[in-house]
Amino acid sequence: METETLDLPIVKKEQSEGLLSKRRRKFVTDPLNDDNPITVQVLGICSALAITLKMEPTLVMSVAVLFVIVFSNLIISFLRNLIPNRVRIIVQLAIIAALVTLVNEVLKAYYYDMYKVLSVYVGLIITNCIIMGRLEAFAMGNKAWDSVLDGFGSGFGYAWIILAVAFFRELFGFGSLFGFEIFKAVGIENFPSNGLMVTPIGAFMILGIIIWIQRTKTGYVEH
Amino acid sequence: MELISLGIRSIFVENMVFAYFLGMCSYLAVSKKVTTAIGLGLAVIFVLTITVPANWLIKEFILKEGALSWMGPQFDTVDLSFLQFIMFIAIIAAMVQLVEMVIEKLSPALYGSLGIFLPLIAVNCAILGASLFMVQKDFNLIESTVYGFSSGVGWFLAIIALAAIRERLKYSNVPDGLKGLGITMLITGLMGLAFMSFIGISI
Repeated sequence: METETLDLPIVKKEQSEGLLSKRRRKFVTDPLNDDNPITVQVLGICSALAITLKMEPTLVMSVAVLFVIVFSNLIISFLRNLIPNRVRIIVQLAIIAALVTLVNEVLKAYYYDMYKVLSVYVGLIITNCIIMGRLEAFAMGNKAWDSVLDGFGSGFGYAWIILAVAFFRELFGFGSLFGFEIFKAVGIENFPSNGLMVTPIGAFMILGIIIWIQRTKTGYVEH
Repeated sequence: MELISLGIRSIFVENMVFAYFLGMCSYLAVSKKVTTAIGLGLAVIFVLTITVPANWLIKEFILKEGALSWMGPQFDTVDLSFLQFIMFIAIIAAMVQLVEMVIEKLSPALYGSLGIFLPLIAVNCAILGASLFMVQKDFNLIESTVYGFSSGVGWFLAIIALAAIRERLKYSNVPDGLKGLGITMLITGLMGLAFMSFIGISI
């Protein structure tokens, strides 16, 4: 994979760039829609589907991925001139694995129920291609603050898609949101829950349809 | 008999792709042609069959609580299981490298067809996932070998079936926004529906 570098015009020293200048805001906003990690770049699908049965674990997963991607981007970006090119994959994997271990231990200590629900999928954040992809494509060639913003962008882009999938799966599969039985609250007593949404098939279908709608809006066509 | 049942179950009922969504990235990316899909599928079977038992050994003799007692009684209470992720991913990366080197030496022809896929596999979540499930399900050495092999076969079947469907799909008229990933997701859903019919089969 090639490292993309940004061709910046050489700016004179006295005019330092704002922390959230227009160019930097693009790092955060681009992955939300036009360059979404899931629907456009086709990365990180595994965990996107596996934990989206209900809203709560999905939210925890999004926060975990956001944490790992931001901090691994930051660390790799600090180390980018020290890492020999030939062993960079191992170095990246080691840093990601250390951060994921941290997340896993925190979940185990303070949020044990959720740790049981997410089970192996917390560990599988290590092989989430979004993280490796951003490290390879961005953090290896860019400064720390830019990399952090890029991490936030990709993390949020990932989060809103999986939250959308979980929203439909929990709503139609269980008739609830965050465990709150929404249809009962509005007065519909016998809302027929859709068993297909509870199975993996529901996830595939919902994600396929979300991709369809999103690509029709942005006009992106794959060949 | 138990082992055969475990094998059949992990190929069809608890299929890596359709039940656990593992290895989806390469499943979607490398399924455009049947020949490349076969190459990657074989490489996955191969690596899974080696890494799951290797990680079992690591877990049993180094990571588990009290596993280090073979070094002496003072290590009886050492629990290194928090190192699980780092150890497993390191073992997988090292194994993939090793397998690549061995194949290159022993069989250049096989290397020619499998070689380019091996580096891809180190970051395939099916490989790490199988090892983590092995810990969760508490298999012994033989069971974990069978589990590794048969979940590889399940993944192999899934990717070949998808690649064959996608080759045919080239000639059909798919709406613009649905081309590529979208239609592949829907097809995978339908394939999953077909695989669901295996649920409940007991041997």
